[in-house]
This record gives sequence, C-alpha cells and structure tokens, in this order.
Amino acid sequence: MAEIWTNYGWPLTWIILKIFMIIVPLMISVAYLTLFERKVIGAMHLRKGPNVVGPFGLLQPIADGLKLFFKETVIPTGSNTIVFVLAPIVTFVLALLAWSVIPVGAGLVLADINVGILFLFAISSLGVYGVLMAGWASNSRYAFLGALRSAAQMVSYEVSMGFVIVTVLMCVGSLNLSDIVEAQRTVWFVFPLLPMAIIFFVSTLAETNRHPFDLPEAEAELVAGYNVEYSSMTFALFFLGEYANMILMSAMTVILFLGGWLPPFNLSIFNLIPGPIWFAAKISLCLFVFVWVRATLPRYRYDQLMRLGWKVFLPISIGAVAVIGGVLVASNILPLNNTG
Amino acid sequence: MAESKIKNFNLNFGPQHPAAHGVLRLVLEMDGEVVERADPHIGLLHRGTEKLIENKSYLQAVPYFDRLDYSSPQNQEHAFALAVEKLLDIVPPPRAKSIRILYAEIGRLLNHLMNICAFAMDVGAMTPMLWGFEHREILMEFCERASGARMHMSYFRPGGVSIDLPEDLTDDIYNWSETFDPLCDDIENLLTENRIFKQRTVDIGTVSAEQAFDWCFTGCNLRASGIAWDLRKAQPYDGYENFDFQVPVGKNGDCYDRYLVRTLEMRESNKIIKQAINNMPEGPIKTVNHKISPPSRSDMKNSMEALIHHFKLYTEGFHVPAGETYTAVEAPKGEFGVYLVSDGTNKPYRCKIRAPGFAHLQATEMMSKGHMLADLVANVGSIDIVFGEIDR
Repeated sequence: MAEIWTNYGWPLTWIILKIFMIIVPLMISVAYLTLFERKVIGAMHLRKGPNVVGPFGLLQPIADGLKLFFKETVIPTGSNTIVFVLAPIVTFVLALLAWSVIPVGAGLVLADINVGILFLFAISSLGVYGVLMAGWASNSRYAFLGALRSAAQMVSYEVSMGFVIVTVLMCVGSLNLSDIVEAQRTVWFVFPLLPMAIIFFVSTLAETNRHPFDLPEAEAELVAGYNVEYSSMTFALFFLGEYANMILMSAMTVILFLGGWLPPFNLSIFNLIPGPIWFAAKISLCLFVFVWVRATLPRYRYDQLMRLGWKVFLPISIGAVAVIGGVLVASNILPLNNTG
Repeated sequence: MAESKIKNFNLNFGPQHPAAHGVLRLVLEMDGEVVERADPHIGLLHRGTEKLIENKSYLQAVPYFDRLDYSSPQNQEHAFALAVEKLLDIVPPPRAKSIRILYAEIGRLLNHLMNICAFAMDVGAMTPMLWGFEHREILMEFCERASGARMHMSYFRPGGVSIDLPEDLTDDIYNWSETFDPLCDDIENLLTENRIFKQRTVDIGTVSAEQAFDWCFTGCNLRASGIAWDLRKAQPYDGYENFDFQVPVGKNGDCYDRYLVRTLEMRESNKIIKQAINNMPEGPIKTVNHKISPPSRSDMKNSMEALIHHFKLYTEGFHVPAGETYTAVEAPKGEFGVYLVSDGTNKPYRCKIRAPGFAHLQATEMMSKGHMLADLVANVGSIDIVFGEIDR
C-alpha cells in the first residue's frame, strides 16, 4: 500500500499541487490583468477607470466574474449546441495547457520537456479552433465573418512567428525553454535580434487578436465577432482565454527575447531579487505594451493585415533565418547540442 | 458536375449596431468581405417633426429643431430663427447676432468633435473619443450656463436669443478656447500622420466634385471634394461677413480629406469664437418689438400693455405675415435649410426641413460599392450622419 503511495499516489498529488500552483496565480493574474488594462487605458484616456468596487477598484474583477457567473447562459436556437458550448472550453483549456511548459524560474516548470517551444507553438496554433468552432456553431453571420477572419489571421501570423522562433533556436541550439533562457545569461536576444523581436511581438498581437489586429471582434464592424452570441460563463471563458493567451504570449516573448527569469545584464546585485519576480515584471512590461498599443492605434483592415503578414513579415523572417544562420556558420559560433 | 452559382449573402447591418450612428439600418449584400450592395433603410427614428410643427405656434416649434441633429442643436435653431425673422421682416440686435454666432460655432465644435472622435472609433482608435468628449462636456456646460439646457438649448428665438449671457461666461469660454488648439493637436497627433489611420482612410469612399454635386453634398463633405462652398462666406447671415476665418477645402474627397477638413474647420471655428467674444457688442439681446419677443418681468409689473403682450405671446403666439421663405444656414453637417410657408396665422402652414445628412446618406451605396466591410464603416462614419435629422 505504501508502495503505491510512493510510486503513484505522491507523484500524482505533487503534480496536481504543482498544477494548482500554476493555475491559481495565473487565474488571479488574468483577473487583475483586466483591471490593469482598464486602469492603464483609463489613465491614457484621462479618466480614472474602475474605482468604485473596493479600494482603487481592486474588487472589480471579482465583481465582474460574479456577475458573469450568475447570468443566464443563452444558447441560440439555431446554433449547434454541443459545439457552441465546447468552443469556449477549448479556448480556455488551451490557454491554460500551454503554461505546463513555461519555466517561471530556474527549474520551476511543470514539464521540462525538450521540445518545449514546439509544444507551445502547437498549443497556440490550436487556439484558432476555439474561435472557428464558436463562429460556426453560433449560426450568425457576424460570428461567422469573425471566425473566418480569425482563422486566416492566426494562420498567417503563425508562419512568420515560426521563422522568428527558428532564428532564436539557431542561436541557442536547443528547443528546451529553460535552455533558451540560460543561453541569454550574457546578452538577451532582444539586442542582437531586435528586428526579430519586434516581428515576434507584433505577431503575438495578431495571434491574440488584440489591437490593432482585433478584426475578429472588431466592434465597429462585426459588433463582437465570433463571440457575439455568447453570454454568461461561456463568454467569460472566452474572455479569460483571451487574457490568459495575452499573458502566455508575453511570457513567450520574455523567454525568447528578454532573458526569461534572468536579471538584466547579469549584475549580481539584481540576483537578490528571485527569478520568478523578474519573470513577472518582464511579462508586466509586455502586457503594458499590449494595452498601450490598444489605446494608441486604429484597427487594420482585413486585406492590409494579410498584406503585412504575408508580404512584409514573412519575407523578412525567412531572410533573417538565412542571414542569421549564415552569420553563425561563418563566424563558427553555431551552437551544437550533441547531448540531445 | 453542374456548375453552381455562388450566391452572395445578406448582412443586416444595424439598427442595433455600434457603428450605425444611431439607428441606421443597412442591408448589405456581401461577397465575402466585399460589399456588393448597400441599401440604407431609414425611418426608425421618424417622429413627424414637420407635421408637428404645423400644429404649434412659431415659438413652440423651436425645440423641435434642437431634436433634429442632436449633436449640434444650436445650428438648427439658427436656421428656423432666421427664416421666421425673414418672414417677419425684423433684424435682431447686434448683440443677439454675436451671441448666436458664438453659439453656432460652439455647436460646430460640438458636432465636429463628436464626428471626428466617432469616426476614429469606427476605424478602431478609441482614445480620441475620450479626449474629445472631455471638451465636449465643457462646451455643453457653456450651453447650460447660457440657456439652462446642456443639449437642447432652444436658445435662438425669432428676434434674438432667449436670455442674455450670464456674467463671466464669455471670459470662461475665451479661457477654454485657448486650450482647444492643444486638444486638436493631441487628437491629430494620434490620427493625422498615423500610418494605419491613413491606410484605412486615404482613397476610401472617394467622391469627386462631379459626384458630390450629383448626390447633393453640402458642407464638409462637399468641401472635401474640392468645392469651396460655405454659406457663411457665400451668403453670410447674422454678420458672418465681419469675421475673419478660412474655409478649408479638400482635394480628393476621400475619408481622409473629410476628416482633415473637419479638423481644420474646428480650428477656424475656434478663431470665430475668440473674435465673437472680443467684439461682443453691448445692448439688447432680442428685438424690442414686444409683439414678437416677451417684455421684461419688471415691465409686466408696471405696464398693462406689457402684460397683455406677455399673455398674448404665450397663449396665441405671434402672427407671421403670409409668405414663404427658404432660409439655409451652414450647419456643421452641411446646408441645413428651412422652407417655411406662412398663411398669416400664428402657426406655420408648412415647414419643410432640408437636412444635409439625408442627402449624404443616399451616397452610402455609391461610396461603398466594391469596398470592404471595414471601409463601409469608415464611409458611414466620415459622411457624418445623425438620424435625428435624417428621419425627422
């Protein structure tokens, strides 16, 4: 009996505990990201943002959550009920799933797999299914158009994102996310690979359907796009999924280009602050840019968005793969990982 | 396999749509993202204003004009007041004229701020809206201090304005007008040279000068197409000829030009406001003919005649000599005209309202055909329509 506990019971419990240790802070971050966004955007709009519920509006996310929870879930008559309900679940689950491979500090990761970056890439690509299913199942033309736009957009930007990731991988020589971070101990990749970092960040904006690429839910055109028919918890799951994805994409940017949990410039004084805090601080910086962009820029049109993805980003990133690869080989600093 | 024809699908755009600017209903025939046909349906806000006016005395008709284009109510009142004055053959005192011009230009700012910001919102930029409405709020407070009502002032009456401006108001307006150009700069900073904004608006919904004439365009939309036609210059009313201001004219007639013309016009309006305040004459604010404008309170206490005037004015109203007039003002949206027929009684026989938005809305189909859905939204935003005046 004791053997079963040590062999199976305890590891399982430990994993579940670890999962909770990731998901609970994540959900709290998502909740407070909404407040953060509203506060930051409010400051940019010369207004206060939420300030009524709790001190400085700190209880606003909880109030919003409760409100959505107690509302009625409306399922349109013409919709495909199963897919309609499944779609937000898919979006939400995928947004959480990716966090299993994200290292928040040295060794602090649920699953330290060797193909971490591929796993992340695969999960974020699957995100489009939630949107597609929602748009199709809603049986509404606005939702349908939103879903079509979303599918096209996410697929287009994933291609250039993939090539950008390849340039980083060539500099690291590993697909393991912890290794990618460790490789940036001397210099963060954002400095040598600045253009790639910019392309990557802009692509993450498109990937998460955020301004200026928020065409799938363009308010002025499609009302709310793919989630127009959703209400209550089904809507809340989309909402949580979108914001969790924002944090995830920021985390990816931080891991690939901003040195993950490493302190800046490898200064020993900064080592006093633990890695996860650096990680969170850098993610917050990225999220601030997300919000900043939203407050500043108008929205692209569908064809302009496609043009940017296919005719600008894709050639540049493919070119960069060749150039960076060439430079690495020519100067004989191509990292070769023979252990794996 | 038999060749099958791909059918376009219909999209019902509005009336409950965030970009419908009120209750616009467009039935769109879409080929994917491309708009093949845009069919505007109107009438959801029809209140029978023109007919109602026929059953009200001339003074009672004034508030109906506020409720036409509710983003700049003053300018509509202005047209009606001028029309009635023309039939009565009276001229308001100079101070009344100046106050009217001051508030007509405030109305223009109210309208253009709303339109530019809403247009920015339509193409996805949300911040100008909040910045602009901050100042719109201040302007509405000025309206409230003059007339008691933030929006529907019913302040411009035949014969002048209803009451004099309170003390300090002109100083406050002047101080505010000093802060207005920086606001324009801020909004333009976000939009004018913004690449995405330009991509979304340049060469979208182009209207040539020829087409602008054909579709009966007036106001900013006409000027954006390159025709320098402004009623304030072409047939000045209430002393616009004494003011120094420019008429901005566009070149291409696309959404971007319409936006630029409006931003420039706001700065010109601001100039007019400053001039009106600096040269504000003293004196009465409404005609002293008490058959038309009410006597003062103190007169009523002492003079039998004044009391009778007051009583007659607020029961029967004033009689307008038989005749007809078409009087138009340069409202912010374009030429706002009132065709007034009087049969000599205290009520208009007919009051036909020429709303500029009605003419502009017709062009939606022409402007949007072959464009994408997002461009249609930009077009609708840029022609500046408000359903209060279209449906009347």
